[in-house]
Amino acid sequence: MSDLVLLFLEFMKIGLIAVGGGPATLPYLMELTEKYDWYTMEDLTNMIAVSESTPGPLGLNMATYAGFKTLGTFGGIVSTAGLVIPSIIIICLIAKFLEDFNENKFVKGAFAAIRPAVCSIIAASVYTVCKVSMFSYQDGVYEPIPKILALCVIVFVLLQVKKLQKLHPAFWLLAAAIIGIVFRF
Amino acid sequence: MKIYWQLFMAFFRIGGLTFGGGLAQLPMLKYEIVQKYHWLEEPELIDIYAIGQCTPGIIAINTATYVGYKKAGVMGGIVATIGMVTPSLVIITLAALCLQAIIDNVWVQHAIMGIRAVVCALMLNTVYTLGKKTLKGKFAWIIAAFSFAAAFFFHVPTVAIVIAAAVIGIIYNVYIVGRNAA
Repeated sequence: MSDLVLLFLEFMKIGLIAVGGGPATLPYLMELTEKYDWYTMEDLTNMIAVSESTPGPLGLNMATYAGFKTLGTFGGIVSTAGLVIPSIIIICLIAKFLEDFNENKFVKGAFAAIRPAVCSIIAASVYTVCKVSMFSYQDGVYEPIPKILALCVIVFVLLQVKKLQKLHPAFWLLAAAIIGIVFRF
Repeated sequence: MKIYWQLFMAFFRIGGLTFGGGLAQLPMLKYEIVQKYHWLEEPELIDIYAIGQCTPGIIAINTATYVGYKKAGVMGGIVATIGMVTPSLVIITLAALCLQAIIDNVWVQHAIMGIRAVVCALMLNTVYTLGKKTLKGKFAWIIAAFSFAAAFFFHVPTVAIVIAAAVIGIIYNVYIVGRNAA
């Protein structure tokens, strides 16, 4: 089978079976390093680092990267297409179902409980992500990183001001990048 | 035609400006989808996140498809998804040529640490506003408390919590409240 077809199929498989977003794709991305020489384990580790410093989700970036390494720009497009096609099909079906049944009492009842539940799940994961970002972990203790903690608190307080809520989040990211460089975060 | 262009550009911006995974995307989604275009209500964002957690694929893509489909059918879903993946395609293709140099660059590292702090602030703010809109009434608070404990202390998989909540929600709202109302 040609590499192009393989790339497409392997990433379609990941798009089809990895439940739970970006982190769920990791084990499957690792598996690919054993099966093919598209990228190495080291490439994958680098990619995780680069994904933090470039926009876009990890799974998507990895698909593009693997495809590009193997077959250039076109390869990147093919593997990305493989990754997203299952999502497009599945989500369109679910969205159609929810549209048809959004007045259904069972669907309504279910979502009345799913919403607060997922709100809590999001809160719990945000807590974990923030802890990793704002504290350094050494010898079993979490030490706060003062600069990052301070910037986070200041921006959070500013975000409560009505007028500032109208700003695009990208404005804050740009300001953060500049502050990070100027103050040597 | 206009709606396709708007969908493409909105998700192009979201894809190009999200640093980090699915969660980091929430503030951007809230701004573009809820505040700017009014395509969805805030609680619907949570629905998408719930669906995204329980279905295969990357949440960013699932969200793009869902919003696109709701506004402009299957074509809308496809257009929004293409918008979402385009920045990654371009940036990674360029970055692939100098991967190591990017990671090792001191300026990039400082900038990223700053961005991380602000991404945290944005996420915390989004959770706060989502919570205010969603947690109304005793039932919602009880479900939220149990779900938080399950996710945070007992590391119960998200899919299991969502399914359990759905079952409890149906039993409570349809069979208990519904019967009393009838």
